[in-house]
Amino acid sequence: MLTIGRDLLDAIVAHARRDHPDEACGVVAGPAGADRPSRHIPMDNAARSMTFYEFDSMEQLRVWREMDDRDEEPVVVYHSHTATPAYPSRTDVAFAGEPGAHYLLISTRDPERTEVRSYRIVDGSVTEEPVRVLGEAVDSTAVTTYMFGQSPAAVDYECSATP
Amino acid sequence: MAIDVRIPTILRQYTGGAKSVPGTGDTIADLLADLDTRHPGLRGRLITESGDLHRFVNVYVNDEDVRFLGALDAKLNDGDSVTILPAVAGGAPAVTPGGTGR
Repeated sequence: MLTIGRDLLDAIVAHARRDHPDEACGVVAGPAGADRPSRHIPMDNAARSMTFYEFDSMEQLRVWREMDDRDEEPVVVYHSHTATPAYPSRTDVAFAGEPGAHYLLISTRDPERTEVRSYRIVDGSVTEEPVRVLGEAVDSTAVTTYMFGQSPAAVDYECSATP
Repeated sequence: MAIDVRIPTILRQYTGGAKSVPGTGDTIADLLADLDTRHPGLRGRLITESGDLHRFVNVYVNDEDVRFLGALDAKLNDGDSVTILPAVAGGAPAVTPGGTGR
């Protein structure tokens, strides 16, 4: 399960929306071994593509060194798909080089509804996991709705007591 | 001639979990061959079948990407620090008819 603060998730989604239709990518660093994402690091997509992302190699060195200096590790590695669903592609799986990270996928294919799903990718094997958002504030003016994996696709408001 | 080599998490299975290991060599190619004698299989994760540095592996000598220093022919000096990082990359799947995109 990925547990992440609402502010961080909002920042990640805002990044993905900003870069749309190019894929956005980045990292959330956190204290080593704590599985707690805390520091958002949006990265440049050196590929500048609508269907591919790649961290710039020098920026990656700088960021990885900085995490090492601060005793942090990449807790979340995220990127967006801009025309397809929030599922990892074959290349996403092939290039997943941080076995300890949560791979967060965001789809911005719909202008109003952002899809967010999280996965563990270890040794070429993909497992979706639930996303638990901390600090959920109720915003009655929000027009963007998030649909998380593990949520039901339809809600039955007329659910009766007898099955 | 001592080079300090930083190993990324995903390759530490070849170094018994060590984050950094010593190595020696006049070039990156020599260094990787040297590392492979003590950590078999490590070199194979970094070099393709055609003998080139894998496109999605980043190797740095001190603060420079070896791609700008001759890649596998990049020269090494005593005391250099070499860092290996898997590139972070990926792509969207092709959209299939029916639009599932898987």
